[in-house]
Amino acid sequence: MTTYKREMRAGLRDIAPVAVAAVPIGLLFGALAAAKGLSPLEIGLMSGLVFAGGAQFAATEAWLHPAPVAALTFATLLINARHVLMGASLSPKLKLSRPQQLLAMFFLTDESWALSERRALERPITGAYWAVMAAVLWLNWSISSTLGAILGSFMGDPARIGADFAFTALFIGLVAGFGRSRVTLVTVGVSAAVAALVHYFIGAPWHVASGALAGIAAAYLAAPREARS
Amino acid sequence: MSLDTTTLLAIICMAVVTYITRIAGLFVADRLVLTGRAKAAFDAIPPAVLVSVIAPTALTTGWAEAIAAAITAIIAFRLPLLATIAVGVASVVLLRNLI
Repeated sequence: MTTYKREMRAGLRDIAPVAVAAVPIGLLFGALAAAKGLSPLEIGLMSGLVFAGGAQFAATEAWLHPAPVAALTFATLLINARHVLMGASLSPKLKLSRPQQLLAMFFLTDESWALSERRALERPITGAYWAVMAAVLWLNWSISSTLGAILGSFMGDPARIGADFAFTALFIGLVAGFGRSRVTLVTVGVSAAVAALVHYFIGAPWHVASGALAGIAAAYLAAPREARS
Repeated sequence: MSLDTTTLLAIICMAVVTYITRIAGLFVADRLVLTGRAKAAFDAIPPAVLVSVIAPTALTTGWAEAIAAAITAIIAFRLPLLATIAVGVASVVLLRNLI
């Protein structure tokens, strides 16, 4: 068996469980976005072009008609800012030319990054390994969210079955994944309070940016002054 | 199949900023080492944004949503993501009928 085939097989083996777990999340995203008034075509385009679940969920939850382009773009930038650190860490380990890296990074996700960093402890990341993970996750996310959008449009009023609360529950679950350290708890408390107040007194979509910036500032102040990794 | 112009513009802007964040790391790989407070601030971005998005629904909509959010937060540390969503949705439906 050639190295190329072996690398592809390793990529498929590593990404398969992630892809299976992502299917219901994709279906859920499509259904919730459809409930916000986005068409299946728009939802499929968003998943294919943006390809970032967290940012897509956040943008869709804050979606209004007509779309508040600047606020949505800024929220997306904030949520995806972590990619800069992930890309910086991963790029020396990716055995690709610069143009190939520019293409490969379009498909950077939390999952493919985490799996690659783990594999990079033992060997460099090849194009074949990365390409298989990228293709599987991209197709999986695009197809499942479009399918969710089509199915979701038959669902009717989402509040009737509590589906309007699914966003909130999902985000609480995601936030819990960041742990219960003191800095995280301060961040969450300050962001929640500021966002709720701004939403109440000023209105959407400004609560997202103001709550996020307040939480980030709180984390900076709550963290110990000394460098500690 | 409808495609609204403003929606399309929003999607394209979101796609462009996302791609910029994805490739920016390639150009700063040898310079970007965050430590201390700067690192804490950077690491706080995802939870800060996620919480800000849901805070109005969770805190200022009504008692049913606020209590369901609290239940979900407790469950979130114990169950996987999809189970957490299921518990959250089930509790909000139940509480809306009770309150």
